[in-house]
Amino acid sequence: MIAFVRKEMLEASPPPASQHGWQGWMRENLFSSPLNIALTFVTWIALGAFTNMAVTWLLHGVWTADSYLECQEIILAYYGPEASGPCWAVIRERWHQFIFGFYPVEEWWRPVFCFGLMMLAFVAPLFSDDVRNARRVIVPVGVLTLVLMVLASAPVAACVIGAVIFVGALAISAKPLRLLPWTGVYPFVAVWLLWGGSLAGPVMALLGLVILGMVVRLLSGRLGVPLSAGLGIVAAFVWWTMLEPQIAASLPGDLAFLAQVGSENIGGFLLAFVIGVSAISMALPLGILLALGRRSDLFIVNKLSVGFIEFVRGVPLITLLFTASLLLQYFLPPQVQFETVLRVIILVTFFSAAYIAEVIRGGLAGLPKGQQEAADALGLDYWQAQRLIILPQALKISIPGIVNVFIGLFKDTTLVSFVGLMDPLRGVTAIVRADIDWKGAYWEPYLFVAAIFFVACFGMSRYALYLEARLKTDHR
Amino acid sequence: MAYATEPPTQGFRLSQLIYDTRYRGITIQVVTLVLVIAALSWLLGNLSANLAAKGKDIDFSFLWSRAGYDIGQTLIPYTNDDNHFRAAMVGLVNTLVVALLAAFLSTVLGVLIGVLRLSKNWLVSRLMGAYVELLRNIPLVLWIVLTYAILSEAAPEPKDFKVVDGVAKQEMFLGIAAVTNRYTTMPAPTLDRPLPEIAGVPTSGLAVILVLMASFWVLSLIRRRATRVQEATGVRPGTFWPGAAVLVLPVVTLLITMGFHLDYPEFKGFNFKGGLQLSHAFTAMVISLSLYYAAVTAEVVRGGIQAISRGQSEAAFALGLRPGRTMSLVILPQALRVIIPPQISNYLSLVKDTSLGIAASYLDLRGTLGGITSNQTGRELECMLLMMGIYLSISLILSGLLNFYNASVKLKER
Repeated sequence: MIAFVRKEMLEASPPPASQHGWQGWMRENLFSSPLNIALTFVTWIALGAFTNMAVTWLLHGVWTADSYLECQEIILAYYGPEASGPCWAVIRERWHQFIFGFYPVEEWWRPVFCFGLMMLAFVAPLFSDDVRNARRVIVPVGVLTLVLMVLASAPVAACVIGAVIFVGALAISAKPLRLLPWTGVYPFVAVWLLWGGSLAGPVMALLGLVILGMVVRLLSGRLGVPLSAGLGIVAAFVWWTMLEPQIAASLPGDLAFLAQVGSENIGGFLLAFVIGVSAISMALPLGILLALGRRSDLFIVNKLSVGFIEFVRGVPLITLLFTASLLLQYFLPPQVQFETVLRVIILVTFFSAAYIAEVIRGGLAGLPKGQQEAADALGLDYWQAQRLIILPQALKISIPGIVNVFIGLFKDTTLVSFVGLMDPLRGVTAIVRADIDWKGAYWEPYLFVAAIFFVACFGMSRYALYLEARLKTDHR
Repeated sequence: MAYATEPPTQGFRLSQLIYDTRYRGITIQVVTLVLVIAALSWLLGNLSANLAAKGKDIDFSFLWSRAGYDIGQTLIPYTNDDNHFRAAMVGLVNTLVVALLAAFLSTVLGVLIGVLRLSKNWLVSRLMGAYVELLRNIPLVLWIVLTYAILSEAAPEPKDFKVVDGVAKQEMFLGIAAVTNRYTTMPAPTLDRPLPEIAGVPTSGLAVILVLMASFWVLSLIRRRATRVQEATGVRPGTFWPGAAVLVLPVVTLLITMGFHLDYPEFKGFNFKGGLQLSHAFTAMVISLSLYYAAVTAEVVRGGIQAISRGQSEAAFALGLRPGRTMSLVILPQALRVIIPPQISNYLSLVKDTSLGIAASYLDLRGTLGGITSNQTGRELECMLLMMGIYLSISLILSGLLNFYNASVKLKER
């Protein structure tokens, strides 16, 4: 006999306090087993001790002083004889050398402008079909660049040109791919902006590339890509070596809108970016060719590519840098003389080309075989298939890897101090520490440089992860 | 690629070299080869012209002339009367020692950190994540320079360890080791009756390594026999004690016969006497390389473990395996296949990055052959070629060995 039947549902009771809320979280994540409890306490104590030490040290920081000794005196006066603290005054007084090297103060707006324009040049390849993200880059970069340029007291004309460029970019960003020509022109603009001098040089150099492109476009239909590219290179070479000097001589001499800045003035993170970005952008086409060569069935082409890649990947970067500074002159005719920066960029380009080739080879290997077969079935020849079918897909999935190569390269630019250039880490820090006023400061410059490197590299690696996650969805 | 389906009716025409896919490949290769040879001969022509203009030649005989400089850390006998070749070999040994030590320490630390990063403990996993990101995203040179600066500027002077009236200003660590601003001193392993040298190379260390290798070989035999017995009878004979005996006893016997003991450093007069005195260059290199590559290794280990699907560990638990055995029998063998290939390239980068010893003035191969020897003799071309050749051979040999190992543990697909 049934004595009692419940007619209505019971309210679901809440889970016990130990299962949800902060208690549940702590139980699950911090105290789930005796071992974990011990780990948590040990970590907590170590972390607490470290944080305590670091925060005390940082709180004792001195921002205004004229020398390291004065810093120590201020700390002694305020916090007692046992205290120690950072002397941020050295950074406050010398931060510009870490960023710009010895770039003239009145020209600081040029590297700033150059950096902003570089971000604009990245928009087309990185966000080719992503209007929202393209605009998310263009708008803040444009605003920040213009503000910084005004702060660096740039000439009004430069600010107006900058504003026009960024607004124009925003206007056509409905199709980010339309910004692609800017990506092609940018390197020449950047060289002119950074080094200054006559506008004629970069324009003439750019014209050589335009000639190359036109020859390939006109002749590749009849002669095939390799042959027409060869002819184009010959034509461009003729232009650069024979025609250009004559035309340049006949031009009115005063095309120099910007004061000339010598390479010896470029240092710090500016130098790191110049070397990193120019080497990566020049290494990209070379790396693509090497990757294609490594996958090619043509015996000689294949072995040459493999030999180059394995050689470069087998020796340390520092030996290549020494080659740049000591040996490159031996292999060139006596009348050809490069500055150290340029020699370093050439060798670093070779270095990164080998690594990029391996990344792109990974991208090529990641494509299903059917893509090549479909291209063959359509009757496309080798270069058409690569250009229209294979490379666009392979490059797209290689972008995160290329970003990682760039991060490694950016970190490796610290090595150029060993061939006498002013990298942010050893070059500039040595200069700052050699000053009698700032002798003894070793934590401060290193922490400052480390912080900038960390922000830049961590940001880029997160971006690479984000790209990887976004690109993956297209293939799964 | 398009292929011709019917044989051409006409004879051979020159244009076929470009348009016919059967010949085009050959044309491209010949043209490439000609271009490469032309470029190389242009470069070499420039080289010989430039060398002639400077009154130089390519000559490796400088290797056999007196070096005349001292090297702080020499693991094979060397004095400044020895020749440049010997100095380069000392440098090479220094490179390899740093590389080996750092590879070992970074692997141990890296596996630990990688596993801890996946810990269920929120605090620990976050802390390890922070360590990995902090180390990876800051250039290795900075770590080397910073470690070196801390060691040589923040450490006390040797004289602070002097005991005055029974008290020293600085206490030694456990009474046996000390970090001073000039060097780190610690007990030195010393042999009273070392084995004789053969051709100028000390053999005692080699003997220890050989004995250890033989022990490991015997150990693997014991393990294999245990597996055979287990498969035949279902009962696995204990391998722990025999294994430990095989590993420990021969080496200990050898060390005792050679008169092994530790030589402790002591403060006498104005400096430490006895014991091992490690230069800060060496210590800074080992510490920063180990910590940096530990972070890189940790990422690889984490990726490898995460690549194994959860179903594997669930299946192992369902079979009744304990967590430890699940890890060692199910997860790790599979994760290892994912971990090894990227770890190979990590080891290769580590070996190449020992050349960053330049940041701490460590006299490795680059410091001796590519540094002092090159500057003293003015033979930068020869030195650089030799140095590149040596680094390249190390890389190729190492990658050959590691790829062989990789092939042996790789999943065999049939």
